[in-house]
Amino acid sequence: MNRTHVSCTVNGDEVDFLTADGTSLLDALRDELGLTGVKEGCGTGDCGACSVLIDGKLNCSCLVFAPEAEGTEILTVEGIAEGDHLHPLQQTFLEGAALQCGICTPGFLVAAKALLDHNPDPSETEIRYALAGNLCRCTGYDKIIRSVHEAAVQLREVAK
Amino acid sequence: MRYAAPTSVDEARSLLVDNPGSRVFAGATDLIPQIRAGLPQPSVMVDLKRIERLTSVAHDGGVWTVGAATPTADLTANPEFTAMFPGLSEASGLIGSDQIQNRSSWGGNLCNASPAADSVPALVAAGAQVVIATDNGTRTAPVREIVTGPGQTSLADGEFVIEFTLTDPPAGTSDAYLRIIPRTEMDIAVVGAAVRLSLEGDTITAASVWLGAVAPTIVQVAEAEAALVGSTLDNGLINEDTLATMAEAASAACNPINDKRGTIEYRRQVAGVITKRAAAIAADRALNGASR
Repeated sequence: MNRTHVSCTVNGDEVDFLTADGTSLLDALRDELGLTGVKEGCGTGDCGACSVLIDGKLNCSCLVFAPEAEGTEILTVEGIAEGDHLHPLQQTFLEGAALQCGICTPGFLVAAKALLDHNPDPSETEIRYALAGNLCRCTGYDKIIRSVHEAAVQLREVAK
Repeated sequence: MRYAAPTSVDEARSLLVDNPGSRVFAGATDLIPQIRAGLPQPSVMVDLKRIERLTSVAHDGGVWTVGAATPTADLTANPEFTAMFPGLSEASGLIGSDQIQNRSSWGGNLCNASPAADSVPALVAAGAQVVIATDNGTRTAPVREIVTGPGQTSLADGEFVIEFTLTDPPAGTSDAYLRIIPRTEMDIAVVGAAVRLSLEGDTITAASVWLGAVAPTIVQVAEAEAALVGSTLDNGLINEDTLATMAEAASAACNPINDKRGTIEYRRQVAGVITKRAAAIAADRALNGASR
C-alpha cells in the first residue's frame, strides 16, 4: 500500500505523520499520534464513538481516509479541555453521571460541542437529533441529554 | 491502494483513465464500509472534494448548479435553496446523522445506487440533471437515467458526476419528501415518497410522484400523477377521491422485497399512506408559497 506524508493541526498543535493510504483517520489519530480518546465502535459510521471535528465540522473519523486530513484542523476529545480546566460539557457529564462504561463518551462530548458551537440554546428535541449519530448502550441517554442542556446553560452564563 | 486528491476535473479524469480499478469518492460513507465488508480494494481512491467545481453551489439566472461532492449539510443549511426545494432539502437532510451529513453528497447518494437513497426520488421529482465527466469531455443526462439497479449505474468506466443542475420551480410549485423507517432517525427507508405539484389557483396543473425503496430502482407512479393533474383543491386540501386513487396507484406501483425493515405487504400499504401525506404537504406548500 502506498504511504502518504500528512501535515495538519490536531488540538492546536501542528503535526506530521506518515500513513498507509487506506488507513482511516481514526487509526492514524490513535496509532500515529497516540490520541486514544478517539474510539472505534462500529467502524461503519453508525455509532459516533470516533467523532472528531474537522475544520469545525463533525465527522466520524472511521469514515475519513487519513490522507484527507492534509491541511485541516482537527479537534479530538483531548483538545476540549483547557489545560487542567475541564470544558463545561466534561464537568456536567461527570456531575450528571452521563457515562458508565465510557467508550461512547469522547464521541458524545465532541458531538455535543459541535452542537453548542453553533446553537447555544438547543431544545431537548434539538439535542436528541444532534446526538442521534452517537450510540450509548449504558445510560439510556437521559443523563447525557440533561448534561448537555446544563452545559449549554453554563456556557450561556459565561458568555453574558 | 493509493489515495489521490486531484484539484481539477481533467486531473481526476486522467487518474481514472490511467489506473484501471480506480474509483472516485466524495464522503465515502458507503464506500468505506463496503471495503471493510470485503469489496475489492480500488487501485486508486480518487477524492473529488479538492476540486472546487465539485463542492460549489451556485444560483444564477434561474438555475442551481450543485457540485456532486457538496456535503448535504451545506444544502439543508442554505435557506434560499431550502425555500425553493423544501422537499429535496428535507430528503437530503435525512441521509444519516450530523456526522454523515457533513460527508454525504448527492453524487454519492446517486452513484452508490441504493434503491433506498433518500435524495434520488426528490431529485428526479424536481427534474434534476447531471453533468457527467466522460473520457474526453462531458455529457448531460437526467438523474432518473443514472441508476439501473441495486449498485448499478449507467455510467461507463471512468465516467463520474461533476454537478447537478436544477431550474427554479415555476410559480405555484412545491415539493415534499417523506419516508418511513422503523426508528425516528439513523435508518434506511422502508418506503420513501417524493411529490412535486404545480397549482394554478386551486387546480393542480402538473404532478410528479416517485417512490424509493420499493423496487430495484425508484419508480414513477404515473397513475397518481394523472389523478392529481386537473383535480381541484377543496379548502386547500386534495379531495378524498384523488387521494384514494393515488394511494391505490402507489401501492400497485411497488415491487418490494421482504427484509428485516418491512414485509412486502407492509411496504405496499405504507407506500400508499406516505404518498398521500407527501402530496398533501406539497399542495399546502404550493398554495402558501414554497417557503414553509
